[in-house]
Amino acid sequence: MKNKYSIFSLLKNALTDHENWQRAWRDPEPKKEYDAIIVGGGGHGLATAYYLAKKHNMKNIAVLEKGWIGGGNTGRNTTIIRSNYLWDASAGLYDHALKIWEGLSQELNYNVMFSQRGVMNLAHNLQDVRDLKRRTHANRLNGVDAIWLSTDEVKKFCPIINTSPNIRYPVLGGTLQKRAGTARHDAVAWGYARGADEMGVDIIQNCEVKGIKRNGDTVEGLETTKGFIKSKKIGVVAAGHSSVIANMAGLKLPLESKPLQALVSEPVKPIIDTVVMSNAVHAYVSQSDKGELVIGAGTDDYVSYSQKGSHDIVEGTLHAILELYPIFSRMRMLRQWGGIVDICPDASPIISKTSIKGLYFNCGWGTGGFKATPGSGDLFAHTIANDEPHKLNAAFNINRFVSGDLVDEHGAAAVAH
Amino acid sequence: MFIINCPYCGEREQSEFKAGGEAHIVRPKQPTELSDDEWAEYLFMRKNIKGVQFERWVHIHGCRKWFNMVRDTSNDQIHAVYKMGEKPPVK
Repeated sequence: MKNKYSIFSLLKNALTDHENWQRAWRDPEPKKEYDAIIVGGGGHGLATAYYLAKKHNMKNIAVLEKGWIGGGNTGRNTTIIRSNYLWDASAGLYDHALKIWEGLSQELNYNVMFSQRGVMNLAHNLQDVRDLKRRTHANRLNGVDAIWLSTDEVKKFCPIINTSPNIRYPVLGGTLQKRAGTARHDAVAWGYARGADEMGVDIIQNCEVKGIKRNGDTVEGLETTKGFIKSKKIGVVAAGHSSVIANMAGLKLPLESKPLQALVSEPVKPIIDTVVMSNAVHAYVSQSDKGELVIGAGTDDYVSYSQKGSHDIVEGTLHAILELYPIFSRMRMLRQWGGIVDICPDASPIISKTSIKGLYFNCGWGTGGFKATPGSGDLFAHTIANDEPHKLNAAFNINRFVSGDLVDEHGAAAVAH
Repeated sequence: MFIINCPYCGEREQSEFKAGGEAHIVRPKQPTELSDDEWAEYLFMRKNIKGVQFERWVHIHGCRKWFNMVRDTSNDQIHAVYKMGEKPPVK
């Protein structure tokens, strides 16, 4: 049983120099067999294990992570959470996640620092204005909060934005989702890990999957760097490396893995208390609780697993940031990094069974998976436990690329992909 | 970011080029006879290799010609560049 985190536990441990905190999760060796194995110890994978244990009463589960938990895209994203997607299927999926976010810190007894500071999407040309207005209407029909802001209202909501009509891409208005915001991404992985561990889930780090053992069209287990582990149900949540794992089972996925970059500035006093995204010029900015500006750039257009990305992508983003926020012209950037995102042709995820019995894939989140973490875990757990998708992820099956029933969020999701 | 040796223009920065995805995916000769599965395979399914991959690139801000490249996607090292229609070098 885990000790409960509270103001009293904090005080008590402060008095003993913080030397007696309980381990948040164990470091077990893998057993010979599990009822289900999750490949990938990021937020989505850990959330999947958590909901399998909590809602589907499967306790004999392992999460295999080749590095350390939360060290991949979970720790590399710009932490933006929103659900203002255009299509019904996407709105259902992402708003399901947003509703879980709203109670997540309490549920996990772990402060994920979810902050509903609002996400604003800017329009820079007439087509942006039409598209974003259409999206606010679609959002409201789906019960997702969204409002349209005029240029003056944008300025009032975020005073540091340059709304001069004379800049290259003038601000013609924007949309605002007030329930949207940010969370501390590491805490999400750690909170789910602690919660899953408490229910008996084995979180096995430094354990890389090397092969998938099949008997005909059924999975039997995984070859790993810690030996063979048997399981009849295997859920793969490997983000940028999904195709690599699929290849081990002889499957091909409709994915391309590309570098996506982000950067943070030196920490400064509070200057921007919301998240502003601009599709047309590809610049996202928010401010972390530590005071750093958190800036998201775009993807490179070539396949790469190098976790680097090109300099010109960052340069383009910073040009746009400086034109929209002249106040940042002398900010110094502290760190820059890349993560490998797996992108579907329709820029929507896959949460699905496969042609191999017992093998499930949760992938294709592309540039926007963090926001969906709790919902993705919940729905993937449902899919694995019941061998059937939940109604909210039925549209996100892998067969949509055969049937043609795509969820085409490219450009429709208020961000460029 | 890396340098690409365009077979027509010589060495240029990668930012002058655009990637065109996996190479040597042959357009079906008789599209009307394809099943939905075969169409999906042709249109959407990709090897997305971590390691040495054959791909198409275009010198979009240069000569605008398409060509092929053999590149290691794990470290962005380019092993070979060859023109469209030429046989790919053996690995």
